[in-house]
Amino acid sequence: MNSVKKRRRAVVDPSACVACGCCVKICPLQAIEIVRGVMAQVRQEKCVGCGKCARECPASVIEIREVEA
Amino acid sequence: MKKHWYDYLWIASLLYLLLGFFNILFAWLGLLCFFIPLIISVASGTKGYCNRYCGRGQLFGLLGGRFGLSRRKDIPKWMKSKAFRYGFLVFFFAMFFLMLWNTYLVFAGVQDLGQAVTLLWTFKLPWNWAYHGTLFHPGVAQFAFGFYGVMLTSTVLGLITMVLFKPRSWCVYCPMGTMTQMICKAKSSRT
Repeated sequence: MNSVKKRRRAVVDPSACVACGCCVKICPLQAIEIVRGVMAQVRQEKCVGCGKCARECPASVIEIREVEA
Repeated sequence: MKKHWYDYLWIASLLYLLLGFFNILFAWLGLLCFFIPLIISVASGTKGYCNRYCGRGQLFGLLGGRFGLSRRKDIPKWMKSKAFRYGFLVFFFAMFFLMLWNTYLVFAGVQDLGQAVTLLWTFKLPWNWAYHGTLFHPGVAQFAFGFYGVMLTSTVLGLITMVLFKPRSWCVYCPMGTMTQMICKAKSSRT
């Protein structure tokens, strides 16, 4: 059987991110950083897609998506 | 996660608001919330203030998060649009300069000291009980009344959006946040 492995990951909409850093504080794996004060960036290799950042984000610009592993 | 000293800056924010009820001249301390974010963004090109040190953000996070005083709903789309964020920044600063103008008028002796705090740019709340005279010019006190109004207004707006939307909804349209992000964008596009 040919099954595609899928993993959940946080994805930030960079154009709407206000770079407040709420996601950075809440992330239990330190998988998000604020890049140059402009936007949040998820370190894909660290993120497990728990969704805490998406719930915390005051602008609701983080989505949990299924991506191919 | 390990707590740092700066995770307790919400106490400073709360104290600031309380001190304004006892002696309005403490309002001058609020200038720190204006200059520190700007200095950090200009010097290091980061939003280090928002990300770490903003006591007001922490206070909203605490009240809306741990104390559960927030509906935790998504903020409306228009409120996070660039038009609203930049528009609010312009409006906020226009009101800020109006306040500076009133301060100037008192310094110039054209206008008497108004012992009131203006809330939401409209409502003049009598605040004479927090004024016990000043060693300096009455204009110094006028600035304190005006600046405390700015801080109180933004706190009230922040509290309203905290309850309606997510705890730190204020961060989305905070004029200082918008301005420091603009500075960071300009700095990062240059390199």
